Amino acid sequence: MIWWIVKRDLLLAMRRRSDVLTTLFFFIIVVSLFPLGVGPEPSILRTMASGVVWVAALLASMLSLGRMFSSDYADGTLEQMLLSPVSLAALVTGKAISHWLVTGVPLVLMAPVLGIQYDLAGDALLVLTLSLLLGTPVLSLIGAIGAALTLGLRGGGVLVSILVLPLYIPVLIFGTGAVEASSAGMEFGAHFSILGALLLVSIVFSPWATAASLRISMS
Amino acid sequence: MTINWFKYASPASFYFLAGRMLPYFTALAITLLIVGLYIGFFVAPTDFQQGEAYRIIFIHVPAAWMSMFLYVVMAFWAGVGLAFNTRLSSMVASAIAPTGAMFAFLALWTGAWWGKPMWGTWWVWDARLTSELILFFLYIGFMSLQAAIDDPKRADKAGAVIALVGVVNVPIIYFSVQWWNTLHQGASVSLVQSPKMATAMLSGMLIMTLAAWMYSIVIILIRTRLIILERERHTAWVSELKEGVLE
Repeated sequence: MIWWIVKRDLLLAMRRRSDVLTTLFFFIIVVSLFPLGVGPEPSILRTMASGVVWVAALLASMLSLGRMFSSDYADGTLEQMLLSPVSLAALVTGKAISHWLVTGVPLVLMAPVLGIQYDLAGDALLVLTLSLLLGTPVLSLIGAIGAALTLGLRGGGVLVSILVLPLYIPVLIFGTGAVEASSAGMEFGAHFSILGALLLVSIVFSPWATAASLRISMS
Repeated sequence: MTINWFKYASPASFYFLAGRMLPYFTALAITLLIVGLYIGFFVAPTDFQQGEAYRIIFIHVPAAWMSMFLYVVMAFWAGVGLAFNTRLSSMVASAIAPTGAMFAFLALWTGAWWGKPMWGTWWVWDARLTSELILFFLYIGFMSLQAAIDDPKRADKAGAVIALVGVVNVPIIYFSVQWWNTLHQGASVSLVQSPKMATAMLSGMLIMTLAAWMYSIVIILIRTRLIILERERHTAWVSELKEGVLE
């Protein structure tokens, strides 16, 4: 069932490719603006790199949350999903996975290129990419709760940022922490373990909270 | 005799119960405030390191404690409202949020005023300061979500979900911020007090905390009463109240 949802959402995303590309280009543009703002000094850029890339990833993932449920809500598909006998939590998991595949994965693939812009060394680049790979699914899962709660509200886009961004903070801290630890030559496995733990916890709790929020929003 | 445990779960009877309790809590809050401020300004000795400026702890520490405590209380009542569908619990939760946010803001503001003379800076990215700031954001999120939803039932439930998600996240955020801070090892100042506090300082602080607590109860009761009136304005008992039939 989850895979059915994922397949359907991916198909829909492929039919409207510009949506996917907009998020990706937003990410690239935000990351490219920082050197223009703070100057091209490589040593400064190197220390900022992980933070800038991660914050841009947070924003890009958050901005695309609105699309997670809104089109299904508009054409009534969501209502049918709520009425269907299949577990809503499973459906929501599928939604979060496809959101990650559509917005998270392109960011992960793009990150090494942007890291090079910031003069990151090979190891740090690898760690940055891996940390994004582990962290971006958490963003989609947590964001799903916010997207479900703000479904159909006026000013939903701004509201979702206030709700969701504070909850993203742990992911940001450990994602950037891993990169910093690796460029300082320290052990970064612990950061990955915690990111993995955050991922597992959000896989367990988020679909359930999202399903509850959807029922509240649709009632 | 059977006790009706749910008598005061009805907004109408709670309205009058809160009205009867208000004078007592107001009196307690004012008395404790006066005693606490008196101890804070006249009895507590001058700190040999920090001089007179340390006296802001009599506001700062109670505000910080209350802001954290109130978030848990808010999430608790919001959760009760979500689980048992009791309207009053959700109303209390929405009544708590502004007071909690006010205390979080007060803690940050007085902290900045304290930090400037002591550390020479308004703000450091210390773990406690950062988590207090994030707590403030969580309050703001709860309030803006409720404000954006017109239907009070949906607002209550949506607010409850975000409050509960927040309460699960608060420890995670707190520890990650702490770890982040030790990693960055930026702040050279720590908030750790000198090992022993004078008794007068401690008692002044505790009395001020009680005063802040009573103040919160008073304000939350008043706000709950107003929310009850607003939401129940179409019911018979409110129109009777308006015409002066009920007292």
